[in-house]
Amino acid sequence: MEKNIIDMLLEKALYVRKETLKLHLLSPETRIASSLSAIEIYTVLYYGGILKYDSSDPEWQGRDRLIVSKGHGAISLYPIFADLKFFHKNELGRIGQPGALLKAIPDCLIPGFESINGALGNGLGEGCGISLALKAKKLAAKVFVISGDGELNEGSTWESVMFAGHHKLNNLNLIIDSNKLSMLGYCRKILDLEPLEDKFGVFGWQVDTADGHDIQNLFMKLRQMKDSTNNKPKVLIANTIKGKGIPELEKDPLCHIRSLSADRVRHILKTLK
Amino acid sequence: MKEKKLMRDIFIEAVWKQMQKDRMIFFLCGDFGAVSLDNIRRDFCDRFINTGIAEQNLINVAVGLALEKYTVYAYGIAPFLTMRPYEQIRNLSIIAQVKELNVNLIGVGAGLSYDLSGPSHHCYEDISIMRLLPNIEVFSPSDLVLTEKFADIAVACKYPKYIRLDGKPVSRVYPENISIKKGFCELKTGSDICLVSTGYMTGVSLEVSEELSCAGVDIGLVDIFTMKRLNKNNLFSVLKNYRWIITLEEGFIGGGGLDGLIADLLSEKDSLIRLKKLGFKKGYVFENGDRLQLHRMNKIDGKNLKKIVEKLWKGKKY
Repeated sequence: MEKNIIDMLLEKALYVRKETLKLHLLSPETRIASSLSAIEIYTVLYYGGILKYDSSDPEWQGRDRLIVSKGHGAISLYPIFADLKFFHKNELGRIGQPGALLKAIPDCLIPGFESINGALGNGLGEGCGISLALKAKKLAAKVFVISGDGELNEGSTWESVMFAGHHKLNNLNLIIDSNKLSMLGYCRKILDLEPLEDKFGVFGWQVDTADGHDIQNLFMKLRQMKDSTNNKPKVLIANTIKGKGIPELEKDPLCHIRSLSADRVRHILKTLK
Repeated sequence: MKEKKLMRDIFIEAVWKQMQKDRMIFFLCGDFGAVSLDNIRRDFCDRFINTGIAEQNLINVAVGLALEKYTVYAYGIAPFLTMRPYEQIRNLSIIAQVKELNVNLIGVGAGLSYDLSGPSHHCYEDISIMRLLPNIEVFSPSDLVLTEKFADIAVACKYPKYIRLDGKPVSRVYPENISIKKGFCELKTGSDICLVSTGYMTGVSLEVSEELSCAGVDIGLVDIFTMKRLNKNNLFSVLKNYRWIITLEEGFIGGGGLDGLIADLLSEKDSLIRLKKLGFKKGYVFENGDRLQLHRMNKIDGKNLKKIVEKLWKGKKY
């Protein structure tokens, strides 16, 4: 049973990676490296049964809320939402065109997206507000926030980290796509975040780590996170590689601002397994 | 004659009553209090949160709650509530264009309310920076009657609002039955010259216009209390009867505040009415002094206003 799920998730992750590259081909201004590091996270959240949703009613009260705080790295959610019928698959081929639904950075006009988060450091605070609302409404639904690690430089994030810990927002789940890079290089050289686990720990959070590209590991860790019954907010630091799957991006500290040529994307699509 | 109660107390008492009837209201404060706030804190501890001295998170939490259809009050000191989290308020403005978000930013300390605290606590910029953001209404009450009316519509009107409250006692300007629909009120009809003011300065303008009236100088007076949804055609139909308009505000001039609102309107209507802008033009006020003394130093006190009006009036006569 478990093996079947993992195989399915691997297959879906490949689909999402390929479709994400196709989106980049159509819309080269999309941040491809940042979008590739979070693919397995999004795949497991949506196909692994972690998030409750109803694509025919995206505002269904019982849904789990996902806030994508690293808005620039979210185009890989488009193929998932299209596949799950939040919107028609044809929209994928229209990205970036005048009048099209999909943009380089998602907004809340796109079914499936709760908010707008191109400006970094705001998703976790919004997640805190939603967490309070769900508790007040006595809904069992949970809040998931995806943040980048570079984004943690924002002071607003730490205001929210303190707030969530103090108010024991145990329905709030933060996943950090920890790809170790921000726009101009390595986080540890620009503004060192370590020891990151300790920092969340002392603010009253449940802390765990995962290999952000190992589907089996992610599946287990995200399920544990969602099922955890303590009174703490939860953070999963998913160790990822920026530009995952594309060798020249993986080894380039400036990959955030790199685009891939059309020929290169076509070649990768043929070889990707 | 100044009223005994403060705007914040009138406003918060009204919110306390709303919270008794409506479970979909949250009150957030950025570690800023009021005597009247104790009732909310006591009776609605599950929907009152002091988010601490962290305005960015205050606004983001408010947005999160509003996304879940709660009416939210975010309460703090005006300059800090509007300027520290400007990006978060901008996000609110963006989302509110496509989703219903009822977030009410309640800023206490408009203008020079905190006269003795110096330029960090003075609030010279709020009207222009909040007016700049689409989808956010700006309410600037001049007395307690208007303050209570804005509290009443905060729940019913489901869009973001910035409500700037004075920190000091203010004089009564309006009767209870005043209608706020038009967004402004012509408090006095006169000829040739019209004063246009907002907030605390409307009290100053009212005193000056009454004194001048006794001396046979009959000028008009308009109080602007809604900055976006005011009936501009209606306002212009009042203003067009004058040759001179003098705007008076406790904020920077030339940067899109009340003066900008009136200048835009005159420009839209291709009007030839002359406009004189009174406010702070030299920068921040570092001098020590109470509100009246600071007004005098910057020539926006009643006495100076009277002089300016009299000079224009004489020019008309001779």
